Amino acid sequence: KDKEEDKSKEEDSCSQQNRTSRRKNCQNKNGDGKKAGEEGSRQRGKKAPTKDQRESENKERKTNKKEKEGENKQKKDRKNSTSSASSDSSGEESLSEEELAMLMEQVEQKKKLISTMRSKPWRMVKKLSVLREAQAFVEKFEGALGKGKGKKLYAYKMIMAKKWVKFKRDFDNFKTQCIPWEMKIKEVESHFGSSVASYFIFLRWMYGVNLVLFGLIFGLVIIPEVLMGMPYGSMPRKTVPRAEQATAMDFSVLWDFEGYIKYSALFYGYYNNQRTIGWLKYRLPMAYFMVGISVFGYSLMVVIRSMARNANQSTADGDDDNFIFSWKMFTSWDYLIGNPETADNKFASITTSFKESIVDEQESNKDENIHLRRFLRVLANVLIICCLCGSGYLIYFVVKRSQTFSKMQNVGWYERNEVEIVMSLLGMFCPPLFETIAALENYHPRIGLKWQLGRIFALFLGNLYTFLLALMDDVNEKLAEEDAVKNITHWMLLGHHNSSAGNSSTATPPPLDPADVPRGPCWETTVGIEFVRLTVSDILVTYITILVGDFIRACFVRFVNYCWCWDLEAGFPSYAEFDISGNVLGLVFNQGMIWMGSFYAPGLVGINVLRLLTSMYFQCWAVMSSNVPHERVFKASKSNNFYMGLLLLILFLSLLPVAYTIMSLPPSFDCGPFSGKKRMYDVIQETIELDFPAFVAKIFSYVANPGLIIPAILLMVLAIYYLNAVSEAYQRANAELKKKMQMQREEEKNKRNKAATPNPMLQDLEDILTPNTKSESQPKQAEDKKTESPTRISPAGKQGNTTALDRSPVTGGRGAAYTLPPHVFTTQPPPMGVWAPYPGQPRPRGHPLGPFPGRGRGRPRY
Amino acid sequence: QDCTFFTRKEILRLHGRYYEMAPNVVPMDYTRDPDVKLPMQLIINMPELKENPFKERIVESFSEDGEGSLSFNDFVDMFSVLSEMAPRELKAIYAFKIYDFNTDNFICKADLEKTLNKLTREELTAEEITLVCEKVIEEADMDGDGKLGFADFENMISKAPDFLSTFHIRI
Repeated sequence: KDKEEDKSKEEDSCSQQNRTSRRKNCQNKNGDGKKAGEEGSRQRGKKAPTKDQRESENKERKTNKKEKEGENKQKKDRKNSTSSASSDSSGEESLSEEELAMLMEQVEQKKKLISTMRSKPWRMVKKLSVLREAQAFVEKFEGALGKGKGKKLYAYKMIMAKKWVKFKRDFDNFKTQCIPWEMKIKEVESHFGSSVASYFIFLRWMYGVNLVLFGLIFGLVIIPEVLMGMPYGSMPRKTVPRAEQATAMDFSVLWDFEGYIKYSALFYGYYNNQRTIGWLKYRLPMAYFMVGISVFGYSLMVVIRSMARNANQSTADGDDDNFIFSWKMFTSWDYLIGNPETADNKFASITTSFKESIVDEQESNKDENIHLRRFLRVLANVLIICCLCGSGYLIYFVVKRSQTFSKMQNVGWYERNEVEIVMSLLGMFCPPLFETIAALENYHPRIGLKWQLGRIFALFLGNLYTFLLALMDDVNEKLAEEDAVKNITHWMLLGHHNSSAGNSSTATPPPLDPADVPRGPCWETTVGIEFVRLTVSDILVTYITILVGDFIRACFVRFVNYCWCWDLEAGFPSYAEFDISGNVLGLVFNQGMIWMGSFYAPGLVGINVLRLLTSMYFQCWAVMSSNVPHERVFKASKSNNFYMGLLLLILFLSLLPVAYTIMSLPPSFDCGPFSGKKRMYDVIQETIELDFPAFVAKIFSYVANPGLIIPAILLMVLAIYYLNAVSEAYQRANAELKKKMQMQREEEKNKRNKAATPNPMLQDLEDILTPNTKSESQPKQAEDKKTESPTRISPAGKQGNTTALDRSPVTGGRGAAYTLPPHVFTTQPPPMGVWAPYPGQPRPRGHPLGPFPGRGRGRPRY
Repeated sequence: QDCTFFTRKEILRLHGRYYEMAPNVVPMDYTRDPDVKLPMQLIINMPELKENPFKERIVESFSEDGEGSLSFNDFVDMFSVLSEMAPRELKAIYAFKIYDFNTDNFICKADLEKTLNKLTREELTAEEITLVCEKVIEEADMDGDGKLGFADFENMISKAPDFLSTFHIRI
């Protein structure tokens, strides 16, 4: 039915076209076109108009010269319209209503053609000319269409639409320019392939997330506090104690985060527990609490959303392992590579991967000496677990020791920073050790890499948690200490009170300098400082490693190579590779610390934003200047979700301690926004009670009832179970479908063995595939012939095809249905019983099985 | 802009690159449609193409005369197809052309062998090459004629996970 409509439409348009073009071409048309227009319109709907188009456009091309493609569409339009305006004005006067509608359709069609033009596999010249013709057509008839009453409105609408399109295009251009570091990443990508670039894209993503967190914390907590809170020195928690004032401005403050920095808005302890601050009555403690929670909420949401998107993409691609060798053959070369060294590596890696899969193929069944391998794997795992335990114990030991150090006076630089140094050293030396041990296991490199990533992650995580446990011990100690101090201050104030009460009845508290007030240890600030220090030392270690391990090494290898006994570049030190997995893990781990620490040190996110910003530039530079690309190919697209999974895990794990402290540890009594409360979350209850009407408080108390919460949790669990079951069912259905497809493929194979299938798509292709050798030498006037010749050939080829089709009825119908992609319709006729129009053409009588669809027969025409 | 996947600025930049290769041949001004072509030798020495083992094939498949000389239109066309925004089908068509060394519209064993040799710099032994070629044909050949037609090729490439990410050139 569709086709019929199409046909009738085309018939009309065809005659229309003929009329206009005849007028235009002044009998210049040859008989061929006319014949096509009249005869062909019935059977081969589409061919005729395109032919006429060609002719008219050839005509046009002589008048308006070819412009550069870069020129604006508008400019082109203007030129075209000037050339065609004269010819069409008279002809369109007598258009009737249905013709108008028909024209409208045609215009729409042309527009569609314009929009899909870029994805047509044509030669540029053809594209350009067809495009120009179509644009001219649209231009010309858009005016004609608006002949009625709403002409002006229509024209206006058209102009606006055009403007809108242009604006959108400009906006798109602008948007692509606004993506930060796009050029830098592209540069890295072009030198090192997509796997290294994936790290930088991850880094950029991380930077975006941190920027949002930074905005949240700075906008809602730090800036209000600085603007509206009580100024520095007005109360004890905002003042450096007398004992520390002498060293508060030392240079070491920058490294230790003691002194003035400790008593600044960067840390938890600085904030006041006043319920509202400033003239805005900003509820700072409430805001602090909510921001602390929303940092986690936002991060969780972002990570899960991007994970889901990645999962969607990866399932959309579909992992078929039917085409291992074909894919290796046709898609393994990364066309981005423009660097000789990268190219060498790529050649090597392709060769090895081919060899690997050949070996896999040959030995897929036999696996000798499985016992030895199993033994080695178990041994390796035992060794690695030993390493992990050892490193965990080492950290625990060091943290314990540092607690004793912190009680002593006059400790040296090393003692104070022992924890950070040990942790950084462990992070530096354990991964290579693991790698050495992993060599025992003899896994496939991809699996091996995952194991390696998992182990390093376990190491980092173990270290982090040991660190946290030790810190928790510390906190408990501090809590005990705090009780003592609380009593002292209580007694002191009480004593003053008593003495003043003794002297006079007016109970004015004595003016005690805020620096002299005895105060608790404020464990929150201590924890915050620990995290900040850890982060800063991590940054420094990373940068120094890059500088020494990569840059100095590269310089050494590069320049000492001239006077050395062996080849340094190829031999032992050589250049460093960019360690993607290590870097990504470092980033993930660091982010976990930021999440944990940001509740106690709001300024930490600011530091992290700076770190990511600098490391973007620094690492880009280091990679470009001193690294060599990988030998092991690491597919970024697949493992991206693996990184995200690690990130999610560490987010969850860093949520736990923070939630624990919020829920079950009492806040310090004299510092921070929650001082004086039993628990931190009391701030919510307070706000509900004091700021909301009474019934809201009632509702909340009902909602918080365990009787409601437990069913809610149950419901959630059930929902998860149900969704899980559904997704499993989908998966099964998917597998089933895959199996079916496989079977169909087999069937198809068998069927196709009978006859070669012609493919109309090839007609399009043919245009390109056939080298048009004559065209270059011919002068310009011959362009008519040039553009015409492919079209003249294609019906011939088409005919050949359809003949072949009809000869093999088994595949005929299916072949036609199967091999006609939609966009072919715009230029090619559907292959329906075409027999008559070209009786002179050689028919492929002898061998319908012939492998070639059209070109061989088309050739004699040249 | 409608014919390619480039913005105006990018096309101008492309023209800059094109002009750079032969400043004395290529005019700066394209409004009068000069008929200028650059030989393959110049184009395959571009840094973007220099390392590519299929550079000759790429240039040949995009040149109008099949000899490898590119006019500016062809040049833009080439990078448009190889750009990120080009759809998979379009890329598949040209990829097929590139890998079809003897331009008979089929990827036959000889083509596969050539591809493989270019990919590995002829480091595989003859048996390995034949093994791989047989495997490829066994995997991808659906009609069982012993070589890959375009339908086979497209079917295979449309399922490949990294075809889109690897088959493009940044410029």
